[in-house]
Amino acid sequence: MNLVTNNKWIGQRTIRPDGMDKVTGRAQFAADTTMPGMIWGKVLRSPHPHARIRSIDTSKAEKLPGVKAVVTSKDIVDFPIEKGAVMLGIQDMRWMCRNVMARDKALFPGHPVAAVAATTEAIAEEACKLIEVDYEVLPWSIEIDDALKPDAPILHEFNKFDGKPSNIVGRLEHKKGDIEQGFKQADIVIERTFTTRPVHQGYIEPHACLISVAPDGKTTIWSSSQGQFMVRAMTAYLTGIPQSDIRAIPAEIGGGFGGKTIVYLEPLATLLAKKSGRPVKMVMTREEVMRATGPTSGSKSTVKVGATKDGRIVAAHGTFYLQAGAFPGSPIRGAAGCSFTPYDIPNLLSEGYDVCSNRSKVAAYRAPGAPIGAYAVECVLDEVAEALKMDPLDFRLKNAAREGTKAAHGPVFPRIGYVETVEAAKSSPHYAAPLGDGNGKLRGRGTASGFWFNAGGESSAQVNITEDGNVVVTTGHPDIGGSRAGIANICAELLGIDYRRVSVIIGDTQTVGFSNLTGGSRVLFASSMVVTQSTEKIIQTLRERAAKIWEIDPEAVKWENGAAHPASPNAGQFEPLTLEELAEKAPAMGGPIGAGVQLNTQGADGGFGTHVCDVEVDVDLGIARVIRYTAVQDVGRAIHPGYVEGQLQGGVAQGIGWALNEEYIYTKEGKVDNPGFLDYRMPVCSDLPMIDCIMVEIPNPKHPQGVKGVGEVPLVPVMAAVANAIYDALGKRFYALPMSPPKVVEMLEAPTRQAAE
Amino acid sequence: MTELRYLAPDTLDEAVGAFAKAGSAARILAGGTDLLVQMRSGVLKPGVIVDIKRIPELTAIEQTADGGFRIGAAVSGMALAEHETFGKVWPGVLEAVNLIGSKQVQGRASAGGNLCNGSPAGDSVPAMVAAGAIVTVQGPNGRREMKVEDVPAGPGRTNLKPGEILVSFTLPPRPPGSSDAYLRMIPRTEMDIAVVGCGVSLTMKDGTVTAARVGLGAVAPTVLLVEDAAKALIGSKLDDAALAKAASACSAACRPIDDKRGTIAYRIKVAGVLLKRTAAIAAQRATQKN
Amino acid sequence: MAKVHVTTSINGEPMEFLCEPSDTMLDALRGPLALTGSKEGCASGDCGACSITIDDRLVCSCLMLAVESEGHEIRTIEGLAQGEKLHPLQQKFLEMAALQCGICTSGMLVASDALLRKNPDPTEEEVRFWLAGNLCRCTGYDKIVRAVMETAQELQNQEMRAH
Repeated sequence: MNLVTNNKWIGQRTIRPDGMDKVTGRAQFAADTTMPGMIWGKVLRSPHPHARIRSIDTSKAEKLPGVKAVVTSKDIVDFPIEKGAVMLGIQDMRWMCRNVMARDKALFPGHPVAAVAATTEAIAEEACKLIEVDYEVLPWSIEIDDALKPDAPILHEFNKFDGKPSNIVGRLEHKKGDIEQGFKQADIVIERTFTTRPVHQGYIEPHACLISVAPDGKTTIWSSSQGQFMVRAMTAYLTGIPQSDIRAIPAEIGGGFGGKTIVYLEPLATLLAKKSGRPVKMVMTREEVMRATGPTSGSKSTVKVGATKDGRIVAAHGTFYLQAGAFPGSPIRGAAGCSFTPYDIPNLLSEGYDVCSNRSKVAAYRAPGAPIGAYAVECVLDEVAEALKMDPLDFRLKNAAREGTKAAHGPVFPRIGYVETVEAAKSSPHYAAPLGDGNGKLRGRGTASGFWFNAGGESSAQVNITEDGNVVVTTGHPDIGGSRAGIANICAELLGIDYRRVSVIIGDTQTVGFSNLTGGSRVLFASSMVVTQSTEKIIQTLRERAAKIWEIDPEAVKWENGAAHPASPNAGQFEPLTLEELAEKAPAMGGPIGAGVQLNTQGADGGFGTHVCDVEVDVDLGIARVIRYTAVQDVGRAIHPGYVEGQLQGGVAQGIGWALNEEYIYTKEGKVDNPGFLDYRMPVCSDLPMIDCIMVEIPNPKHPQGVKGVGEVPLVPVMAAVANAIYDALGKRFYALPMSPPKVVEMLEAPTRQAAE
Repeated sequence: MTELRYLAPDTLDEAVGAFAKAGSAARILAGGTDLLVQMRSGVLKPGVIVDIKRIPELTAIEQTADGGFRIGAAVSGMALAEHETFGKVWPGVLEAVNLIGSKQVQGRASAGGNLCNGSPAGDSVPAMVAAGAIVTVQGPNGRREMKVEDVPAGPGRTNLKPGEILVSFTLPPRPPGSSDAYLRMIPRTEMDIAVVGCGVSLTMKDGTVTAARVGLGAVAPTVLLVEDAAKALIGSKLDDAALAKAASACSAACRPIDDKRGTIAYRIKVAGVLLKRTAAIAAQRATQKN
Repeated sequence: MAKVHVTTSINGEPMEFLCEPSDTMLDALRGPLALTGSKEGCASGDCGACSITIDDRLVCSCLMLAVESEGHEIRTIEGLAQGEKLHPLQQKFLEMAALQCGICTSGMLVASDALLRKNPDPTEEEVRFWLAGNLCRCTGYDKIVRAVMETAQELQNQEMRAH
């Protein structure tokens, strides 16, 4: 390990490379692009939660003047269910081909059934209305309990669980020790059941793309996604166009949070462009985003924890049922795998059940599944600590996972920073501060911890020295949170030059090597590895060039402060050769200077965080507000502290929304009743306090700069921290999210009614 | 696809003529913050839009000879906030108008549009009802006046006759010791539609309420004037018993629905809570002025 | 369908364009005027990403008809910087990492500028309530609020030094 010390740029709050374009309105997001001859695509969507599609007649739509192409599922490459899984990352193409366009059945309101391209958006919309779909409306279910009833309508008849057709489409478990024996040792056992509602990632930029297909099949895609290579591969699979013919250009992305790790529009627009011979632009409305793109699961979890009187957790059992939506694939891995991981629990069983129901297919959302599981576990731990009369942070410290702890999902932990996060939370000014007077409102404080796996995986980078001695770095990951700023810091640090001389761009699929999704908190971890190795190769080249010029051994040349210097025994014999000078001499000295590295990166350590939350509750109206918040996290090494803090603060804000107000509300007809920002109620600026961050830096020993993923952990503890704070304020525990005003009032009034009875 | 015509007349007579002629296909455009949303979502496809913002009377704020105010129907919340004296006399009406949407929306949205949109949850309406505002409307058959509480007919509907345009609100002169307040319950701090809204206007003398009006929003198909609540307040010193009685009157007046924004039980409870809080603020303002 | 001819002023420049009567100002900006800095996040006035000013009044351009700009002065994010010189808010947003994905940034800046013109020394609460109509899903607003307040402070200090 070669940790860089005495950093000049690593750890500095530099100006992000894409910042200027974004503050001046120049940045090109997917919906900002146009092409000559461009036409517009629109999607016809199912109005029914569950319906067999008997037939689709597009003839009237095709005859409408201005309509240039119509596509239905017949145009999409089929992946027959009986032929088995065709996986692309975590997505099974059998479900993807049915999600982008319903085949035999429409499985949720908003499920695409056809798409039209026309010369204007209005004509395309009008044409959609002229498409006649003959539906056989079927019974449906949305909530987990309904989907699990013995007589529940089955979404996928082929699926069997316990030998019977079922909506349970997957199960996994993590096991350690023997929970039966473990619970026998416990002096206190608490078991609770929790529910959470589906919530949306809530990115402000709707999905959008512009696609051109030339007569020879060469396809260019401009789109907003968390992975241009994912866009290329999925589009290739679903349209039959070879990947080598598809150039997917990553537009700036206006937020993703996991929700843009799959495609919705690109295969449809590609087929429309191919059929019409015209570039096709598609932009979702906010309503389409809310109805048809991936929220995360609603859930039902039961968590049982047993502890001894002295505060040791001896056994725990978690059962997590998560809504997958229309197709298999809910994040049970995160729920079952992350929830107990901050703790060293000798006897543990953590089970996840993947449940299909008639709502849109879930997509990843920031630490997928982990916040759902942590909500249940961390609330139960708060109760156990209270029953044991222990400070909740002391209780966590006593049971904390440390170096050498074996996690139930497999790994034995190397040096991790969980304990440090709890200690930092405990010694924070926030935890020491009195709650203060609520002026008639009740105040409370809660804490919670969280874990996320983090990820490595495939990344590619090309680093080139320009003819004038500056640097261009190309990586393959869409930048959703400031990763370009981190890369500029690292590259500048290694080369010993001003960070402003490093230009960082995101390459398209045909100009940079394969790079996996921006997701899993992997981007800076993985891309800085390939950028570091590329830059080190360049430095080696630069040393060789200087050695050649000086006619000394390359080993006797050192690279410092942006220049080659003769090292002992030649120290001081030659004037240093700067990057500019070596670039200028490059043509004569062996040619252009550049290096690319492609790796399947390994060694991404998990991330831990511990949060402290203060709330204030207006008991008459049931309104809970977060008035102070501190997020503590082991961030490995904060390459750009501003954007690390930004990840923490953004994750916390999303969690506060999830805890207090955000939820999908359904009508009696099974349709989303709040498909817009007005009634979906994400936190606005005046809803939140400042969000304090404490970055604990325990460098990742397997990474050249010590980087750990930071993006996902900060959402994991939040709902439990808020719930525990509300309990502290009210003396009553909530077992369901969101803790919205009518529900708070209902809860507060419930015992009074019981007493009166 | 129906063709849309946009008209921006300079006089009220022209506007009324065009609006009446176009019949049910026509819509009035003031701030447009409801109309454009309805058009974009496909709920409305008007054939004619009559923009009334070029008509001086509809964008004017005037102090009347008797000391009251006349506010043009298309005056935006921001413009009203910038008026020198209006907010001092009618702080409750002003805060209600400026709870409609964001600052961006307040730059456009008007009390006239809020009323004519016919939503039972419009924020300015309970405050206007509490204020005892009279509206002037003009149609093909000339001008008439209505009590503001008589304008809404139900969700999305008004009692304006075909071709009639809302011209202005007239707020009465204020006796000494008068003030008003508006509070609403929303789950967030901003940007929501009221789950319950409550406007209270009071006149006080030596700590005793001599006149009161209470308007309640989002708890029935139309905004309510709750006379029983006002009666409970009048003659009292806003003691706990009087406030409790007024709060009960508000809760009793509610005929709410369960919807995505709130439950029946919650709205009924909150109506009472808000009455107490709003009355306290109005009283504090009324006595401060003395 | 007959288009309407509109004469207006955009970022201080006289401008003419053609639009459908039902087009919003945002449609016109992003379409014929090719000013795509204003973003469409919701088309219902709930996200503020399309914020502009008309005659110095902050509005959502998705809630205004393009034809309504006739004879008025429109300002957009593209007019915030003076040539190569960034507006102090733009500079501060960059320095303080007050943006992540950037989709809300145009609207945030236009709204923040409108705030500081009206209230040069806002409290944190005033900033938060003024910006309540501008959704940001990335930052938790912390750094945005700080950047606005710090800009206000700097402008105030400059003002004081100037006197």
